[in-house]
Amino acid sequence: MTESADLDDDRAVTSRRRFLRESGALISGAVVAGLADGTALAAEPGSENVPPNVPEWMKAPGDPMGSQLYGTPSPFEKNVVKNISKNLPQYISASGRTPIGDLDGIITPNGLFYERHHGGVPAIDPDQHRLMLHGLIDRPMIFTMDDLRRFPSQSRIHFLECSGNPVYTKPYGKTASDLVGLLSCAEWTGVSLKLVLEEAGLRPEAKWLVAEGADAAALTRSIPIEKCLDDAMLVYSQNGERLRPQQGYPLRLLLPGFEGNMNVKWLRRLKAVPEPAYSREETSKYTDLMPDGVAREFTFYMEAKSIITRPSGGQKLKQTGFHEITGLAWSGHGKIKRVDVSVDSGKNWLEAQLQEPVLTRALTRFRLPWQWDGQPAVIQSRAVDETGYVQPTFAELLAVRGENSFYHNNAIQPWRIDAQGQVTNANS
Amino acid sequence: MPIPKSALAVLALTIVASFARAETPGHYGIGRTATDAEIAGWNIDIGRNGENLPPGSGTVAHGKEIFAEQCAACHGEKGQGGVGERLVGGQGTIATPKPIKTVGSFWPYAPTLFDYIRRAMPQNAPQSLSNEDVYAVSAYILNMNGLLPADATLDAKTLSAIKMPNRDMFTGDPRPDVKNPACEKGC
Ligand code: HEC
Repeated sequence: MTESADLDDDRAVTSRRRFLRESGALISGAVVAGLADGTALAAEPGSENVPPNVPEWMKAPGDPMGSQLYGTPSPFEKNVVKNISKNLPQYISASGRTPIGDLDGIITPNGLFYERHHGGVPAIDPDQHRLMLHGLIDRPMIFTMDDLRRFPSQSRIHFLECSGNPVYTKPYGKTASDLVGLLSCAEWTGVSLKLVLEEAGLRPEAKWLVAEGADAAALTRSIPIEKCLDDAMLVYSQNGERLRPQQGYPLRLLLPGFEGNMNVKWLRRLKAVPEPAYSREETSKYTDLMPDGVAREFTFYMEAKSIITRPSGGQKLKQTGFHEITGLAWSGHGKIKRVDVSVDSGKNWLEAQLQEPVLTRALTRFRLPWQWDGQPAVIQSRAVDETGYVQPTFAELLAVRGENSFYHNNAIQPWRIDAQGQVTNANS
Repeated sequence: MPIPKSALAVLALTIVASFARAETPGHYGIGRTATDAEIAGWNIDIGRNGENLPPGSGTVAHGKEIFAEQCAACHGEKGQGGVGERLVGGQGTIATPKPIKTVGSFWPYAPTLFDYIRRAMPQNAPQSLSNEDVYAVSAYILNMNGLLPADATLDAKTLSAIKMPNRDMFTGDPRPDVKNPACEKGC
């Protein structure tokens, strides 16, 4: 019988129905097979499609072409979603984390890219979106999205990380995502900001650009002109498709290696000025408070950092023997030069293998083969970037910055593995 | 007779190509000049010393009314905080283990208050207050922080003149500030 009459949006429902219909036959098959070789073949749920049985999904055609005009993950992956705290005081100015412990490689799928917004996600009609460029500019300009797409384009892979990822105070997160999930990486396409500034004629007195978003926070940050004339980009696409609304559709600023909030989303205005705006987001927020009451301002760069994503907090090693230790390393200052991994509470360190190509200001995947002997262990990684900077321990960071610094915690993250293989945050 | 669009485009391209250097600073000829009116409508940022503050004024008393109507639901009756952040108090806590960062205790520049409230508050209806109302509610928040008398009127000049208590407590980025010796063996 064909299943064509049984098209259902929810594949899980469909397969459950099929299972109910066919399970009688399958179980009797299993009993026969079990009797044949003398072992008690499992009739556990979930085993009716494994050898020697023929999987049910081979016995009928699958969903037809066009069942999903925009593809979504398998329903079996329904738990791999953004990690959003259940008890936020409010959800308009809030953040959602990438489930980095569940992902492979270095590119974050667009639907799982971390989010931080201060006034919700605006629904912008791209035909009515404008970028205004003014201030210390020979010719103040207005660009439509069509205009911006006419400029020569470029595509580059870079990470983005929120500056508060994570904060320094307890309670500490349980999973890699809780701790460092305000981190993602994508291939970005757009136009060089330098080229657009040259088009408008930037005046030599311009030392900063004030960037402003077209969201309900009209979020404002000041960008030093050196960065604007270096690798800054006006971005309209991410991983091949247009930016997602959560990522600034239709236009965002990208400042590779700079803290996330400076990469202003829904970008509507750039104003060339002699000094920074000292906006609320660069005074009240996004300044790093030291124990003596002095706050550091304009702390742009995300320093080198790494984290083991597998095995990581909340995961479980189900057996002893071979396990690959893998994770992510990155630096706002350039390329990752080396990642060391310790499996003995930081006493000895081994150099991990870096996935090629190692890109500047992009996530870098590292891997280390490991044999777990079933004993409790503490594992951690330590990144070194091309400037020679070494990722610090949490203790080293706290000794210099105290607990109230809030931003730019790039500490080494140790994971404890207990004798049952359960992985937890060794700092907790 | 209407001229075909394509012919116009070719004409425009030719003109751009031949006069680009003379007419526009760039050489792609993409985008158009922004008018003064367009810029004025969007150029809302206020400098730390009050540059670009608009005309108008508002009293602490009027600000108190606005605050009760439009801000207190999130920030608390007295600015003590709620869904929205605490706006009042905390002076003297910034260098302690439990710092309370507020407009009064942490913000370095008073004109930023006007800038932020006008662009982003009330959170449910940003850019809905008149400039007069933004002056007034800024005045009330400054008053609750002991930085403005109860009978004061705030305008561009008086707002720019306020010296915030925490103003000189900011510094540049000294990083890299933390050193890890990167021990390899027997650490
Ligand atoms: C719907 C709730 C809500 C209302 C109403 C509201 N606010 Fe807010 N306010 C917030 C939230 C939330 C934040 C923090 C936003 C962020 O950090 O992105 C905030 C932040 C602020 C800040 C910055 C505090 C700091 O220290 O950085 C000021 C000042 C402020 N609001 C003033 C006002 C004023 C004045 C009004 C009334 C005109 C108002 N708010 C109405 C929710 C609200």
